[in-house]
Amino acid sequence: MNRRTLEETIFKLLMMISVCIVIGSLVIIFGLVIINGASSISIEMITQTPTPGNALGGGILNAIIGSLLLALPATGLACFIGIGIALYLQKEFTPVWFSNFIRFTLDVLWGVPSIVYGIFCLMIMIYLGMGSSLLVGIIALTLLEIPIITRYMDESIKLVPIGLKESSYSLGSTKFETAVRVVRKQAFPGILAGILLGLGRGIGDAASILFTAGFSNRIPGSLFDSTSALPTMIYNLYSLPSGQPKAYAAAFILLMIVLIISILSRILAKRFTKHVIR
Amino acid sequence: MKKSSINQIETKHLNVEFHNHPVIKDINIEIPAKQLTAIIGPSGCGKTTLLKSFNRLLEIQDDVKITGQIVVDGINIMSAGHNVPDIRKKMGLISQKPYPLPMSIFENVAYGLRIHHDKNAKELAENVQHCLQEVGLWNEVKDRLHDPASRLSVGQQQRLCLARAIAVQPEVLLCDEPTSALDPIAAQQIEKLLLKLKKDYTVILVTHTLRQAKRVADYVIFLYFGMVIEQGPADEFFNNPKNPETKAYLSGEIS
Repeated sequence: MNRRTLEETIFKLLMMISVCIVIGSLVIIFGLVIINGASSISIEMITQTPTPGNALGGGILNAIIGSLLLALPATGLACFIGIGIALYLQKEFTPVWFSNFIRFTLDVLWGVPSIVYGIFCLMIMIYLGMGSSLLVGIIALTLLEIPIITRYMDESIKLVPIGLKESSYSLGSTKFETAVRVVRKQAFPGILAGILLGLGRGIGDAASILFTAGFSNRIPGSLFDSTSALPTMIYNLYSLPSGQPKAYAAAFILLMIVLIISILSRILAKRFTKHVIR
Repeated sequence: MKKSSINQIETKHLNVEFHNHPVIKDINIEIPAKQLTAIIGPSGCGKTTLLKSFNRLLEIQDDVKITGQIVVDGINIMSAGHNVPDIRKKMGLISQKPYPLPMSIFENVAYGLRIHHDKNAKELAENVQHCLQEVGLWNEVKDRLHDPASRLSVGQQQRLCLARAIAVQPEVLLCDEPTSALDPIAAQQIEKLLLKLKKDYTVILVTHTLRQAKRVADYVIFLYFGMVIEQGPADEFFNNPKNPETKAYLSGEIS
């Protein structure tokens, strides 16, 4: 075997190992969660709230609903704010030096640990004299998701070919019409990927909602009620003696929710991406 | 100046710089109305830049400096206070590679109509059909108007772009090497269409193939290193060029 084929073989091997590590971790995570949680997974888990006075009794419906009520509105808000920023960052609207500065700040925000968003919101919450609530939790998650969603949208919008924009401008459309009617449609797959990533991060994050959303055994009745969420629930259950199987069961449910959301949005995306120009 | 001047577009001392590098140098040209004007010259001589300055499309790029006048229908479009989308609406652009919008075939043609006119569904459908017939695409697509435009062949896409352009009733068609990405048959269809359309529109065709310019042009502008070397009616230009550089280009000595 000569040197070049050897090089090739070693590289192939390295790539295979990397892929195995990733797929292996996924399989092990799922396996562990299922094996350890199997004894506790039951229909009661998703239909009942915890039994009062007994943290291990009943189900975790409050946390499932809580997680969805936290993450879905937060993702919606972050999208709304993010699409605005992402469009503003394009060179038709903003000088390049300034948009690069905004991109840099977004990248820094992306790297900020979620516990920092948590204590930041906690500080504001105390200042305003509010208690931990669904509302503050949503705000913390929104802040956490904005940089992720915005940067993803920004990158996919930047990739829209200039020829396509020129076509739209040549028909006499304004920048706004071009952005909303043409660029958004073309960039949709990337935008959706960003939204999914943001949602995934938001629904799985514990640190930012630990203090802000609080903990409650009941399903929140209003924006100002405290609420449990799956990540904080897992944390709490895991720290209880003999709470581990139930914690794994909760983790399994969280994984399933993420899986269902990604599959649904992929199906949805097919409908919206058939017009994309390649 | 009267609106019905014979020259559709005139430029006066037009200069364009990208990143402080001059691309178009002191250009003074006159483009006659309702004729087919070919802008020829070797690659990189500024043909496309000149074309895209006519509808102020250069401005969407970074670090461009444009000075001088571009007079369209007797009005200097470079002066302040013009609504740029209105200027662009007057000039349809056909680019080198067709870029259909990310929508259905029908919506591609309807797009311009929707943003400029308040038409009801019936008028819209009639207009779209008319434009598609004009470019000879109607019979090929009438059964799949709501399919994505990206499923058409490149030649069909280019004709769709033409239909889309004429839907907003421009006065000028700016064509940037519209046949260079097409197979010979599709290219011939586009050429024929341009010849037909010049009755109603002022057609400006950027091309790097001399033979194409000879086949279709009424008026020729020869650009070389960002400067106009020679311009004039096609007969005169091809049969009796005055400038030595034009002669050299026509005989294939420079390219």
